[in-house]
Amino acid sequence: MLLLIQYTLIFASVLLLVALGGCISEHSGVINLGLEGIMVVGALGGALVMKSLGTTSAFVMVLVAMLVAILSGMLYSCLLGVAAIHFKADQTLVGIAMNLLATAAATVFVKAMNVAANPDNHSSEIEYISARKMFIVNIDGFEFNWFMLVAIIAVVLVYVLLYKNRLGLRLMACGEHPQAAASVGVSVYKMRWTGVLISGALGGLGGLGYILAGVSIWKFENGVAGFGFLALAVMIFGQWKPTRIAVAALIFGLFRALSNTYTGFPFLTSLNLPGNVYNMMPYIVCLIVLAFTSKASRAPKAEGIPYDKGSR
Amino acid sequence: MRKALKNEGVQAFIASIFCILLGVLIGYIVLLCINPSGASESILNVIKNFLYKKPARQMKELGNTLAKTMPLILCSLSILFSYKVGLFNIGAAGQYVAGACASLYAALAWGWGWLPCMIFAVVAGALLGSITGLLKAYCNVNEVISGIMLNWICLYTANTLLTNVKESTSPYTMYLDKINKSSLLPTLGLDRVFGNNENVTIAVPLTVVVAVIVWIILGKTKLGYELKATGNNRNAAKYAGMAQNRNIILTLAISGALAGLAASLLYQTGYMRWECTQSSVPAMGFNGIAAAFLGGLHPIGAIFSSFFIQHITDGGQYVNTNFYSSQISDVISSVIIYLCGFVLFIKLTMKKFLSKKDEQKGAKQ
Repeated sequence: MLLLIQYTLIFASVLLLVALGGCISEHSGVINLGLEGIMVVGALGGALVMKSLGTTSAFVMVLVAMLVAILSGMLYSCLLGVAAIHFKADQTLVGIAMNLLATAAATVFVKAMNVAANPDNHSSEIEYISARKMFIVNIDGFEFNWFMLVAIIAVVLVYVLLYKNRLGLRLMACGEHPQAAASVGVSVYKMRWTGVLISGALGGLGGLGYILAGVSIWKFENGVAGFGFLALAVMIFGQWKPTRIAVAALIFGLFRALSNTYTGFPFLTSLNLPGNVYNMMPYIVCLIVLAFTSKASRAPKAEGIPYDKGSR
Repeated sequence: MRKALKNEGVQAFIASIFCILLGVLIGYIVLLCINPSGASESILNVIKNFLYKKPARQMKELGNTLAKTMPLILCSLSILFSYKVGLFNIGAAGQYVAGACASLYAALAWGWGWLPCMIFAVVAGALLGSITGLLKAYCNVNEVISGIMLNWICLYTANTLLTNVKESTSPYTMYLDKINKSSLLPTLGLDRVFGNNENVTIAVPLTVVVAVIVWIILGKTKLGYELKATGNNRNAAKYAGMAQNRNIILTLAISGALAGLAASLLYQTGYMRWECTQSSVPAMGFNGIAAAFLGGLHPIGAIFSSFFIQHITDGGQYVNTNFYSSQISDVISSVIIYLCGFVLFIKLTMKKFLSKKDEQKGAKQ
């Protein structure tokens, strides 16, 4: 039971971070379908730090790994920013291209690195056993992960940013009616860049959190297995509002955690379902939930539409 | 010359060539960064693909590339068909999985012949597509998100079901030619043209026919016109008396049928077997996106762009694996998809440039 709570909380934290990223980007008017790719890049950045930093204090390790994950996520999100904000590209297409590119590029990079270190090692895996322990504080068998705290801080920050702050209100105006925002002197380009970069930062951080959630070795060929899209579903279920997103993340986190821990529950194992059923669970729940919540969608009105100064 | 440049098709072609060149160049730079000494040789091998082999083997290798190109063409047709109707069917990857699962299961467990297996795959893909369509039409669920979710659900379902027909010693499904020869696609003598490569089958002519049919439906029929009108403006289409919900579901069902057919045409050649423990959705459906956009969203263009993408994907295995990995071709094709996002901008720039030239000419006269 404790294990289930622990996994639920860590998966919910990751989902929450990434979903908040998507939320901010969409409020500024850019659909960020590239979150999945941003997560991979953030995870790669963080994993490289964990591999190369070796023995340092836990504080330095956690801080540096998170910062590098944030920075690499932001850097990668520039691909979306340039294409979607300045070149009026199809945001769906660009986002999907970013996902494919991130997994392919990370695989090529990690394999090249592994082969350079040992010519017989053709795997795309990075190991970080000792580094992972530094992210975790053991409280009576419950493994507290620093990412849980980071996620809570992120919700508060995003809430304040969006609703209690001039910047956030301007940012949201650009997602609702960019021309109206521009007419009172708000720079739509600047606001949309802010949105995309913040989502890159949160996505990258979430990527690092994801690979630290349950394992100490990551195979970059697998990407992040649709987790970025799951986060987008959390965002839609949360109706683009930070607090509701937090609740949604907990629900989805629970189902994701079940697939890791169902063997620990006698009544679940006695059902004798194949393990794949639990793997499917979060996706099925997501579909059902979306079917009931999408009708009254509160999506930002101008999301996905390239900004054209001349149109009304 | 200038007249030719004003043609939409020519502009799309130039833009695609530009994307390809830049994509390959970036791939080359990546190789250079990893290890400069073997980069030129490896990138050339990627581009050469089957030409890398001895002349006697070339036709056979070309046959293998063709066998995988056909499903790619169908996947890209699936993507472009729905995209023309304003829907981004990323669920094609899952519909492809459903098709693979249906055709393999029918062939191995029930011993069906090749045609029923193929039809079963098409139906499975269409059913899955229409689920996405129903959700979109009646519940307003974004088709990209529901598509992704269904992709994963399909993958795990296929893994579970196909475990019943897998070899006991490996994670792969049993060989079709050992269990049920009648489920293999007929070769129509095409195998002899390609150095006795039995992977070249009826799939090749069938795919070309399907591409032409899609072109005709989209461009020349009332149905195609209605579907496109619904895509452009749902409310206007409704106002004009079109059944908008039916059109959305129908589009995704057709799109899914194409993806299902794609899988059947690959797995029923016996060239590939399903791995029951695979943890990611096959890339075929996603590569279809690249092929569709690279082909300028035209069914006939998709044939050529699909061949190119499969060509470099297969070429990936000929890189020098002492330094590089075959995924370099995935990098190249994903960079190409990314650059396809800029096609609209490239076309606009071309148009602006041309009209400026025209103005200057007019001023002189």
